[in-house]
Amino acid sequence: MRYLTERKRAEGKGASGTGTEHHWYMTVSAAGLAVMIPTFLVVFGRALGSSQDDVLAVFARPFPAILTALVLVVGLQHFRRGAEAMIEDYVRGLNRKLAIIFVITFTYFLMATGIYALARMAL
Amino acid sequence: MPDVKQVERPLSPHLQIYRPQLTSVSSILTRITGNALIVGVVLAIWWLLAAATSPEYFARVDAVATSWFGDLVFTGSLWAIWYHYLAGLRHLFFDAGKGLDIATAEMLGWGCIIGSVVLTVLTLFLV
Repeated sequence: MRYLTERKRAEGKGASGTGTEHHWYMTVSAAGLAVMIPTFLVVFGRALGSSQDDVLAVFARPFPAILTALVLVVGLQHFRRGAEAMIEDYVRGLNRKLAIIFVITFTYFLMATGIYALARMAL
Repeated sequence: MPDVKQVERPLSPHLQIYRPQLTSVSSILTRITGNALIVGVVLAIWWLLAAATSPEYFARVDAVATSWFGDLVFTGSLWAIWYHYLAGLRHLFFDAGKGLDIATAEMLGWGCIIGSVVLTVLTLFLV
């Protein structure tokens, strides 16, 4: 028997093994998104509803392309962790694992698709 | 293997016992809006992909994105993103250890709800 006290078990990175990583990531990405989202809404909102040529012209410019790429990557990583936390709260056992795997792979699929579309318009 | 003591922990009152309060409703709305935003993101990325692909594909997807269904999704997403935005700022404020007394927390809750509607209407008119 090892003489571990309750405190000793919780020390270091704690029971999760990842410490405050999740919380800190959400804090950092939230701060980044808070800066980017208002401008992104203007860029995307103006592009939406215009002709294809206008859409191509917008995302061929560096600022809208880089901003949209950043919002997609950071936003989807932020989503992934939030959705994962929700699944961990409400789903158990095998379904939990399957749901988390689905969220992570689907998030990467969306990221790759978005970046591909942006690259094709920007380059 | 440390020997784990099973402790009888007290069960705190939970969702089915508490009546909804502004703080709990504004908290769960943060989760709902954040997760629901994936619908708007999927439609937006599909639309970007179509624009990058061909005029025919763009015409097809743009018809969906600008239909009543697209309007519903994007307008809903717009409110969801503004609500989640304000609620997120509130989280950062709480994390700094500020605004945690009930009166301030409830005021910030109303701020998120009213503010998100105002910002949604402003965005719809200005953009």
